[in-house]
Amino acid sequence: MRNLGWTILLAFGAMLSLLAAGFAQDVLFQTHAWVIFFALALATIYMLRKVDFAGTAAPVDKSGYFDDPIRAGVILTTFWGVVGFLVGVVVALQLAFPQLNIEPYLNFGRLRPLHTSAVIFAFGGTALITSSFYVVQRTTSARLISDGLAQFVFWGYQLFILMAATGYVLGITQGREYAEPEWYVDIWITIVWVGYLILFLGTLFKRKEPHIYVANWFYLAFIFTIAMLHVVNNLAMPVSPFSIKSYSAFAGVQDALTQWWYGHNAVGFFLTAGFLGMMYYFMPKQAERPVYSYRLSIIHFWSLIFMYIWAGPHHLHYTALPDWAQTLGMVFSVMLWMPSWGGMINGLMTLSGAWDKLRTDPIIRMMVIAVAFYGMSTFEGPMMSIKAVNGLSHYTDWTIGHVHSGALGWVGMISFGMVYFLVPRLWGRERLYSLRMVNWHFWLATLGIVVYAAVMWVSGITQGLMWREYDAEGFLVYSFAETVAALKPYYILRAVGGAMYLVGGFVMAYNVYMTIKGKTRNEKPIAVAHVASAQPAE
Amino acid sequence: MGLLDKHGVIERNATLLLVAGLVTVSIGGIVEIAPLFYLENTIEEVEGMRPYTPLELAGRNIYIREGCYNCHSQMIRPFRDEVERYGHYSLAAESMYDHPFQWGSKRTGPDLARVGDRYSNEWHVQHLKDPQSVVPESIMPSYSFLAKADLGFNNVKDHLVANQRVGVPYTEEMIENAEADLKAQADPNADWEGLEARYPKAVLGDFDGDPSRLTEMDALVAYMQMLGTLVDFSSYDAQANYR
Amino acid sequence: MDYNAFRHFADSWGLLYLLAIFVFVVLFMFRPGAKKHAQMAAQIPLKDDRSPQGEE
Repeated sequence: MRNLGWTILLAFGAMLSLLAAGFAQDVLFQTHAWVIFFALALATIYMLRKVDFAGTAAPVDKSGYFDDPIRAGVILTTFWGVVGFLVGVVVALQLAFPQLNIEPYLNFGRLRPLHTSAVIFAFGGTALITSSFYVVQRTTSARLISDGLAQFVFWGYQLFILMAATGYVLGITQGREYAEPEWYVDIWITIVWVGYLILFLGTLFKRKEPHIYVANWFYLAFIFTIAMLHVVNNLAMPVSPFSIKSYSAFAGVQDALTQWWYGHNAVGFFLTAGFLGMMYYFMPKQAERPVYSYRLSIIHFWSLIFMYIWAGPHHLHYTALPDWAQTLGMVFSVMLWMPSWGGMINGLMTLSGAWDKLRTDPIIRMMVIAVAFYGMSTFEGPMMSIKAVNGLSHYTDWTIGHVHSGALGWVGMISFGMVYFLVPRLWGRERLYSLRMVNWHFWLATLGIVVYAAVMWVSGITQGLMWREYDAEGFLVYSFAETVAALKPYYILRAVGGAMYLVGGFVMAYNVYMTIKGKTRNEKPIAVAHVASAQPAE
Repeated sequence: MGLLDKHGVIERNATLLLVAGLVTVSIGGIVEIAPLFYLENTIEEVEGMRPYTPLELAGRNIYIREGCYNCHSQMIRPFRDEVERYGHYSLAAESMYDHPFQWGSKRTGPDLARVGDRYSNEWHVQHLKDPQSVVPESIMPSYSFLAKADLGFNNVKDHLVANQRVGVPYTEEMIENAEADLKAQADPNADWEGLEARYPKAVLGDFDGDPSRLTEMDALVAYMQMLGTLVDFSSYDAQANYR
Repeated sequence: MDYNAFRHFADSWGLLYLLAIFVFVVLFMFRPGAKKHAQMAAQIPLKDDRSPQGEE
């Protein structure tokens, strides 16, 4: 009676959420409980149809790798990517044209967390879970320890995304950046995350390869550090078990530092360490050569995880946080430049001796530009953490530009590379539907990021300088409203950059869809054209 | 041989990798965060801070719900231009009862740490309903629905108790009177004596222009009108509080 | 421990201790004999990845 246990659990969960809806103390809690109920009820029905009551189905072949959630994950990574970019373009347009706000549900204040979470947690998180399932199996020569647990982790995480996303639109938020979901969603993701840690560690334990490959180190650090950060930062006192509202366990300055210790390390361990794991596997794979220096990768690992965790206070320069903490945060942020660039060089040099692949293989080109953007934003970051620079850049669009060169350039591009690498392999296709479309995606995305980042530099510096401009008599020159008006052209251009990136996302989605369908596009191969025309005889 | 021969013990042992990694990532947090909780000089001593009135707390929750922190900071840095534009730089003590803090990270709109008492209630209501009607350049969304929404804060006592549990010094008297205080603050005909004694400097009276109803607009404006008004700066000694 | 003592420890012995660990890690990684081991480990992703193998 395969699947029966999980089906019963789902049905039980659906019942619990129905009860929660009944006992709800506020309308929002009730609405949210209904959302969860419908999601779980649908899942129950779906599972019920798959339960093998007669016991006649053939036993599952467990000799191979377990790739079901990975296939779902590649599709959902693509899906969430497009959704996240789309919401991003919408909020960018809202800043240029405030009439596009539709109160109350689609106001900027509610959609902005939807955008950040859709990109970081839905797109990035799904990409990380998916790729970690793939990488840990391939580098340990072992199947995941439990099919059921793997499905639970994967779909449990998707339920978390659903709860978080619907919560934002409804107005359910803790008001902590990148940790907006309320207490009950936090508890749910904690349970899922513990399952993830058990699954990952367990698979490492039963590996057949004696050495644990370094990509797994980065994934493991990502999993346990995020667990630690999440639990501490979300300590809160709910008003009642049937209310959405909770009050943070910390107040004021302590709360601020806890939050940015979390917030910065969400960048460090979610958006960096996890995706470095991806880089250390998929780059060598796609380049068909080992990583440039394995020993450097291990130094990269230890120094990165040690230094990142200190850098949080640079989000609080010149605030009421004590000076010593600000200085400490700044010093470690600047030092962080070194391991980051060590990792970048390691990634780029993996291609040494095979640079021609840059011309012939758009997928490796995507990964290389990802690492290049990693290098760029890990240079910009330490620079912005210097107090004198931060005095100008903080509170402005410069920060927004910085985040996007990291998120779109590094996280996005390396994930696209991962998707393009995996799709043909997972569905047993000879190659992608179209490599030329990968090339299009590459240029759309790269130009999109360049436009976006450049515009935000100008906008951020303009904003920062206008705020502090004095005239000859010693009066402030600009009212705040004038600085807002000055930024309008930049906000429009920023939306253009974002839209280019979004179109690239659609191109990828189409390419993935056609590849899965088993189609191949009749096109001129990229490699041959270049070899014939551009390369001299050797 | 000896030690060097055991190369890669960590590389081969997942548990050891986990433990060593956890220790590594814990150091920074422990050294930076833990002292904030026991060092006495983290938060300076000031006169005037008090917990939020029930209506202000309700307003603050709306501020959080609508994601105002996405565009507005509540943290004035000690720069000449910021102090001239927004007022005295923010003190740690001013957010000591804020669960969570709302310092923000972006100024798409101006800082709000001291917006209290700067504009009239009517201005705030008009601005929230149609921001461009008072500030043509503004790119703020409209929040007119707040004026139509009755303030649903029936479990206000539970909210005060939850705050008390995380360390906000709400007294039993405050909790007892929470519901009455919530209604009284925005009711021009109420007896304010008890409320004023419990919450000095509370801004009293109808906020949204409709005294017959208690709306979300009342709560949000009540919250904004108290922002940054509590601390008595005449008795504040910056030098003694340097951290 | 009061704040100042803590601070003094952190920027003297604490700093030295962490620096020593870092130098040790670097030296350890680049010690003679580690190279072969590292090169073997670096080959892991390039092995056959179609199915879990008992032995190769």
